[in-house]
Amino acid sequence: MEIKKPKIKSMQYEDFQDNEYLEKMVAELNAEGTNVLLGKLDDLINWGRSNSLWPLTFATSCCGIEFMALGAARYDMARFGFEVARASPRQADMIMVCGTITDRMAPVLKRLYDQMPEPKYVVAVGGCAVSGGPFKKSYHVVNGVDQIMPVDVYIPGCPPRPESFYYGMMQLQRKVKLEKFFGGVNRKEKEEK
Amino acid sequence: MNIKDRILEIVPEAQFAEQGDLTATIPAESFHALAEKLRYDEDAQFDFLLSLTGMDWGETLGVVYHLESTKYGHSIVLKTMTANRENPELPSVTDLWKTADFNEREVFDFFGIRFVNHSDMRRLYLREDWVGYPLRKDYDDSLNPLRMTNEVTEDTTDELSLDDEGNLVNKTNVLFEDKEYVVNIGPQHPATHGVLRFRTSLEGENIKKIEPYCGYIHRGIEKMNESLTYPQTLALTDRLDYLGAHQNRHAVCMCVEKAMGVEVSERVQYIRTIMDELQRIDSHLLFYSCACMDLGALTAFFYGFRDREKILDIFEATTGGRLIQNYNTIGGVQADIAPDFVKNVKEFIVYLRPILKEYHDVFTGNVITQQRFKNVGVLTREDAISFGATGGTGRASGWACDTRKRKPYAMYGKVDFKEIVYTEGDCFARYMVRMDEILESMKIIEQLIDNIPEGDYQVKMKPIIRVPEGNYFASVEGSRGEFGVFIESHGDKFPYRMKYRSTGLPLVSVVDTITRGAKIADLISIGATLDYVVPDIDR
Repeated sequence: MEIKKPKIKSMQYEDFQDNEYLEKMVAELNAEGTNVLLGKLDDLINWGRSNSLWPLTFATSCCGIEFMALGAARYDMARFGFEVARASPRQADMIMVCGTITDRMAPVLKRLYDQMPEPKYVVAVGGCAVSGGPFKKSYHVVNGVDQIMPVDVYIPGCPPRPESFYYGMMQLQRKVKLEKFFGGVNRKEKEEK
Repeated sequence: MNIKDRILEIVPEAQFAEQGDLTATIPAESFHALAEKLRYDEDAQFDFLLSLTGMDWGETLGVVYHLESTKYGHSIVLKTMTANRENPELPSVTDLWKTADFNEREVFDFFGIRFVNHSDMRRLYLREDWVGYPLRKDYDDSLNPLRMTNEVTEDTTDELSLDDEGNLVNKTNVLFEDKEYVVNIGPQHPATHGVLRFRTSLEGENIKKIEPYCGYIHRGIEKMNESLTYPQTLALTDRLDYLGAHQNRHAVCMCVEKAMGVEVSERVQYIRTIMDELQRIDSHLLFYSCACMDLGALTAFFYGFRDREKILDIFEATTGGRLIQNYNTIGGVQADIAPDFVKNVKEFIVYLRPILKEYHDVFTGNVITQQRFKNVGVLTREDAISFGATGGTGRASGWACDTRKRKPYAMYGKVDFKEIVYTEGDCFARYMVRMDEILESMKIIEQLIDNIPEGDYQVKMKPIIRVPEGNYFASVEGSRGEFGVFIESHGDKFPYRMKYRSTGLPLVSVVDTITRGAKIADLISIGATLDYVVPDIDR
């Protein structure tokens, strides 16, 4: 079965600016090939999953306030199916790392990540989570959450505007749509030696 | 009475610095005796420890105390130091001012100064296994790589105390007994308003003791400032208390302007005052939204955020930023106000008045609100002063602590507004203070908005800003208390030491006192109405 470019309802494929990595994923999927029945089932499941991504309520600083603004009336993330913010990592699909991660917080964040069930996604929101941001030179700040766990989408900004949040979240939706739920290219964590 | 003569009378060897604020340097041996006299003597009564700052002067380590009297309004800066860098020890003042408890732990954490007779000498922000003291000038960061091991939480703590013969002895104090039922809340918990962690000892449903753990968002801003030029340091102030971004930055700009003797134009003063008040309304609306959400009233959360967005629009049109505006600069503001600023602000005020009434209809009169707020978490006036809990929390306890009234800055001396003071000290008073303050802020804005004078929005400054040698302190009324900036300059383009008086740290230190005996569910009401912002506590 041939796998096509991922489409989401909210925005046209061409309107996104970062399509190269998706094209690579599509090519990889097509090279491996899949059974029509499982492929269709995958499509169906991914359609559901991408439209009901449940975030963990996790915010350390400024970006967290913008995350709250997403949940409120004007930006209303319920339009995209992100509104079910969970306070427990065991019920969450993805973690939006909103804010600076410090040395003391890093093990806690890693534990939260480990507690989330697979398949799970990480969105690094804001300059601090992407690279350490304005606090890069500090003695107590982790320079990017990708040092402690794999990141799916980076959203730059300090703090990012709610529109940027959505751009990043829709990128994640498209990524989810290109996964084989029944094994294959689902991201597996590397085993620790 | 002259305070200078008074100090010389008690400690003849005290030295006074002429530059900057009036500063007395006191030898460590006689410091505690002097502090006690200044605290309790009838004509001194320095009952408010505004700020406690650790210092590294190269040869010596020391502490700077900013004291104020709530009765007489006079203030003094005291300094004390020790030359022993291996085992620095200074007397603790926790018995005189309760706020010294957390502040001295902070100094121990950053400088390694041990305070004699402090009953809880643990690190406040950093991990227990941290090597070295980061704010010392000779700190080596390579000793502290990122540790991914889970942190061990000890149930005991150290105390350095004097025995009867005057020898120093180490003592171990117990925080939680083995048999106690301790519940961990946070750091990832929606009701702690950020990454704050409480260990709560329970007896049935009642709280026996709470031990707050800070530092999960400690970014070391004060250390970073020491290698940034003055204009660069401004960028980080907005990220301390992001709901008081304008006010924080206003304080730093004011402090540097005061030190350099720069006069900003009247237009700038007007703009800064209006922006500060808009920021205060923004913060109080968010307080309302979050307090309601914590108590389960989700509709109110949507209302609050709907109206807050309107302020953010006004900010964005002028400053380009929604949450973090980076607007004030040394000597002025970044850009002139947007052409429709005046119109939009006026429209917003007309819009908000009836809405506030709606807020009260939706939430304030509700039976659940009343029962969960009234007589819950009572903070007495004495405790509020002793802990230095300024802002809405202090004013709810009957302490008229508004910096805008006590030390008028910008346009506050010339506008007419009422200082909201409640005397109950419970959650409901704290809630009502903030709701009423929104009205007062609108009143201030209305008086100013039509009269913004013409003029420059930025004084021409030199390309490299050097602050003359000395100590400087300036404070503003932030959204949740007195926000102060202490700068020690050695005449360079970088500050030698820049300390922020956090508005949130005193608020967290009162949590243990006011929750004792309350129900565990009350912790949520108390936390919501104290209205702390965790990145401001941890800095």
